[in-house]
Amino acid sequence: MRAADVRGQLERLGGAVTSQVWRLGFASRFLLYLVLHSGTALRRFRLTVAEIYFAGVLSLVIILVSGLFVGMVLGLQGYETLQRFGASESLGVLVALSLVRELGPVVAGLLFASRAGSAITAEIGLMKATEQLSAMEMMAVDPVARVVAPRFWGGVLSMPLLAALFSAMGIFGGYLVGVQLIGVDPGAFWSQMQASVDVRNDILNGVYKSIVFGIAVTWIAVFEGYDAVPTAEGVSRATTRTVVTSSLAILALDFVLTALMFTGGNGQ
Amino acid sequence: MQQSPIVEIQNVSFGYDAAHPVLRDIDLSIERGAVVGIMGQSGCGKTTLLRVIMGAAAPTRGAARVLGAVTSALDRDGLYAMRRKMGMLFQFGALFTDMSVYENVAFPLREHAALPAELLNDLVMMKLQAVGLRGAAHLMPAELSGGMARRVALARSIALDPELILYDEPFTGLDPISFGVIVRLIRELNDLLGATSIIVTHDVQEALGVVDYVYFMAAGRVIAKGTPDEIRDSREPFVNQFVNGKSEGPVPFHYPAPDYAADLELAAL
Repeated sequence: MRAADVRGQLERLGGAVTSQVWRLGFASRFLLYLVLHSGTALRRFRLTVAEIYFAGVLSLVIILVSGLFVGMVLGLQGYETLQRFGASESLGVLVALSLVRELGPVVAGLLFASRAGSAITAEIGLMKATEQLSAMEMMAVDPVARVVAPRFWGGVLSMPLLAALFSAMGIFGGYLVGVQLIGVDPGAFWSQMQASVDVRNDILNGVYKSIVFGIAVTWIAVFEGYDAVPTAEGVSRATTRTVVTSSLAILALDFVLTALMFTGGNGQ
Repeated sequence: MQQSPIVEIQNVSFGYDAAHPVLRDIDLSIERGAVVGIMGQSGCGKTTLLRVIMGAAAPTRGAARVLGAVTSALDRDGLYAMRRKMGMLFQFGALFTDMSVYENVAFPLREHAALPAELLNDLVMMKLQAVGLRGAAHLMPAELSGGMARRVALARSIALDPELILYDEPFTGLDPISFGVIVRLIRELNDLLGATSIIVTHDVQEALGVVDYVYFMAAGRVIAKGTPDEIRDSREPFVNQFVNGKSEGPVPFHYPAPDYAADLELAAL
């Protein structure tokens, strides 16, 4: 009896793993198909621009406000620690490096997944549930090319810009707290930042991260929407899965990318 | 010279898995210019048959020849080329909710024909005029009643002047006036465009008033066919029960269940 129980559990575990691997394969084929059928999204670029507006411009408020507060907290926490070692003038470096290397891409990515990723999944899922995608198919219009691809490219293009704005706003927040509120010397704040932040090793690596996060989040979002069970409950579950999977993917990818970037003998 | 049928289904069977066939040995032939009803109970396979006709499902046996091509032999481009000659009205319209009525009707024209703005405008207005909704061009789908949404979807489905128009449950959830309007439009548009129409529905009494010929389905098979009068007079028990809306007949009122007394735990008394 016990052996049968164990076997049943192993079978269920095996089934779950197989279905997840199968789904990953399906998602990969979906991405390949999507990229190969992106001609419409790029030729009729206004379709993509509209999606940049929905995914990017409408996410600006949450990105800018969050960036400001994260920068302000970094300013406070950083000053508290640095002044113990008499290094409070390095506050600008700490704030800038924390933001452009890590917090900018990661936190902006998490916010992007919650704000834009969930909206993309819900929209595509509801279009499927209300037969709008089937209607397109019947009009001989490929829904992947017409609906999914513009949203994918809109998200992929928006994410690095949002991460850059998040970091810029965060640095401004750090400046407000460190220089304006606490009284750190502004010359030291900016000049040390200028001297220590490297374009290639710090800024560009952060940009690469945000590009990868943008692709991952938007891929997950469009796939979950397109693959959603076409019911109210199915769309709700798909939206939740987008936020959870995207967030975990961002954190896991961040570790992998950081390991590749900063242990690759580039001096950091 | 006699024209070949626009839709010819020969000995078609279909199932999502081998153990549960949804369609069994279907034979039907639809002549050009006709309005044909495919009727039957929910779950009898009529929507699946519609999917076979539109090329969304490939028969597991037999062949579906639509607009001169065997659907299962077509690749994606061939299927899309065939669908450009088709229009389809979905059960609840399936309007694009982020576009106005005007943009919904203009959608297939914009996607498939590079027309000058003036000509596009004229075509959209003509289609909307045909369904009586030219004045609603600026409204969004959320502002429309169910009947109006169905008419806009009808205008969109005829935007490319299709040869074949498919209707999936076009009467569901309509008030009597909207229903009358849709019935009239199906007949008028079919005759005006010189098209052929296939109506899949379980609203038998309503549909019998508009169609020229009927295929009656049950459990994945065609069990009766004929003109509306022949169907009304059919002696086939299932058709008779369905057409007259009787609660008892070959289709039982009760879903199969275990013994009633056992469910109520009366056995021990």
